[in-house]
Amino acid sequence: MQKITRDNLIEIAEKLLADGTVTRVLGWKKGEFSYDQTPAIFTSVQEMKDSFVFDDFSGANFSKYLVKETRKEDGKVLAFLKPCDTYSFNQLLTEHRFDREKVYVVGIPCEGMVDINKIKMALGDGVVSINTDSNTLKVETLYDGVKEIAKADVLLERCKNCKSKKHVAFDQLLGEEGDVVDSNRFDQVAELEKMSADERFAFWQNELSRCIRCNACRDACPACTCEKCVFDNPNSGVENKSPANSFEEKMFHIIRAFHVAGRCTDCGECSRVCPQNIPLHLLNRKFIKDINSFYGDYQAGEEVGSRAPLVNYTKEDIEPGDAVNKGDK
Amino acid sequence: MKKCLLTNSNALFNKIAENNTLYIPVDLEQGRVAYKKFQDGLKMSDALKTDRSAKDFFFPQTETLMAFKTQGKSIEVIDTRSENEDFVVFGVRACDVKSLEVLDKVFLAEPVDTYYKNRREHGVIVSMACSRPVETCFCQTFGIDASQPEGDIVCYKTDDAFYFDAKTEKGEKVIDQMGDLVQDCDDSVVNAEKAKIKEILNKLPLKDLKADAFGKDKTDEYFNSPEWKNLSESCLGCGTCTFVCPTCQCYDIKDFKTNNGVERFRCWDSCMYSDFTKMSAGQPRVTQMERFRQRFMHKLVYFPTNNDGMFSCVGCGRCVSKCPISMNIVKVMKTLGGKNNG
Repeated sequence: MQKITRDNLIEIAEKLLADGTVTRVLGWKKGEFSYDQTPAIFTSVQEMKDSFVFDDFSGANFSKYLVKETRKEDGKVLAFLKPCDTYSFNQLLTEHRFDREKVYVVGIPCEGMVDINKIKMALGDGVVSINTDSNTLKVETLYDGVKEIAKADVLLERCKNCKSKKHVAFDQLLGEEGDVVDSNRFDQVAELEKMSADERFAFWQNELSRCIRCNACRDACPACTCEKCVFDNPNSGVENKSPANSFEEKMFHIIRAFHVAGRCTDCGECSRVCPQNIPLHLLNRKFIKDINSFYGDYQAGEEVGSRAPLVNYTKEDIEPGDAVNKGDK
Repeated sequence: MKKCLLTNSNALFNKIAENNTLYIPVDLEQGRVAYKKFQDGLKMSDALKTDRSAKDFFFPQTETLMAFKTQGKSIEVIDTRSENEDFVVFGVRACDVKSLEVLDKVFLAEPVDTYYKNRREHGVIVSMACSRPVETCFCQTFGIDASQPEGDIVCYKTDDAFYFDAKTEKGEKVIDQMGDLVQDCDDSVVNAEKAKIKEILNKLPLKDLKADAFGKDKTDEYFNSPEWKNLSESCLGCGTCTFVCPTCQCYDIKDFKTNNGVERFRCWDSCMYSDFTKMSAGQPRVTQMERFRQRFMHKLVYFPTNNDGMFSCVGCGRCVSKCPISMNIVKVMKTLGGKNNG
């Protein structure tokens, strides 16, 4: 596969800005280090040449940003979307969260994004530079000079179990189209299912006890686009700024997992942004796995307007009692 | 100066724990680091920073301030405080020690926060010089010297020993408790260690970041800067930066009805949240841009204005490494403070 570079993307943006197709570009802005880029709006090619980046750390899913961005002005915004981002994009369209006409999507191929935390865990902290040479990262730290590490060993959790290299939405595609991938993404869920109820409870107790209720998982989640979340609304009766006990710790995440069930595309942003490294995506994957086994395979965001099994009654639907029994296994 | 061989560290911790509840930083799974209550055999982490700062010991994320019990027409007010024992927090880095000085300005000023004060009086800080600072560190920007932290006892850790220097009476008391596990020694090893740390500090990528452009009475200079719009554009409005910050001090108090009375509950709040300081007339900062601006103006301008120029950022770098979109105070300072600002 041809490697897509920053220059390729700037070239495309230059053309689209020049012919008036788009008025601005949603992209990644260079940070202080090699890995800390920030999503940003670029309005000129010069701005892009100065600070636009695209590399192994361009992990952020831009789909949700379009909800806010498309409300700002009438012109189109150019969004560079990776395959997994396009599923979120379609799901948001299904939920009528923004106007498709206000976005110009350039689909970009993706070979997986890298997790800086994994690099630091493997090679030590104090990372001052990172250079990629095909599938190897050359990482320079303050204490150990330059060391090499295979990109495959430091992929983001969601990329390790990539579900699709195929773009399900785009106006223009860069490179060759990929396919839906046969991933192992449910393996970890299966392991959790094998545990006894007590073991599973202990597992989640341990993970969720670290939650600081920063709400980053919710705020980054493309399925969480309520104008006002019940947990932020003092009038909702369940407003909750921080967990007072281990019950509340769990309730927030479990309620959120229920709320996005059938709508979660498994983009993995929740776990990527969690400052406490809680594997939140596993809760969502459990729901996805169950939906698949009870109703047949369903991938949220695969097409715009599809009705998720949970909101689409058919006479063949599993009886709730059977579902509960199946879940017990 | 006192010295304790690392081979005796478990015995040393046991000794301290005989008289105080002792907390040490511990490595957890997947690179996580947190303070844990010491029990025999627990190993101290060599990581630079705990995920959450030492702030938690003095200003916990949640606490019940008091309870009210009603019986007929009488109301009983119950003091729910339980922390009355001395405790030692071991291995606090220079930035986190400084953060307590920042918090003192807030909680020990009139009206004194007696909950915080109580914990400060009972807490002993054993600080630890940073032998391996990292790229996200910028404590130097705020005049903090990672080679010479403050604290009740200052500790240096070399390959084979701890070196202790008591700075307060509280600290001396704990050194006395260490008994013959520590021996007198001269300053030579520690001085060499300090020089080594200084050398590394000079290599840090953020070493030239300056706070000179900010501080007291600069509100008008920055409040209406057009840069806030771009800086805050992709802010998710989550509370990560505020909750990992060792100096963020805002909280919310609410009364909750329980089965047989009322509990007054306090928890951290975040200026990034849409319901922060919500009053009957609404929230004064209605856009994320205003909320974002509030946080950085508070650290860099408002706090110094109200506290003789003291900044309320200590350069620990937690927000730098934890922000989901990698927007942080370093980028804000460099953007607003001009090109010469680091």
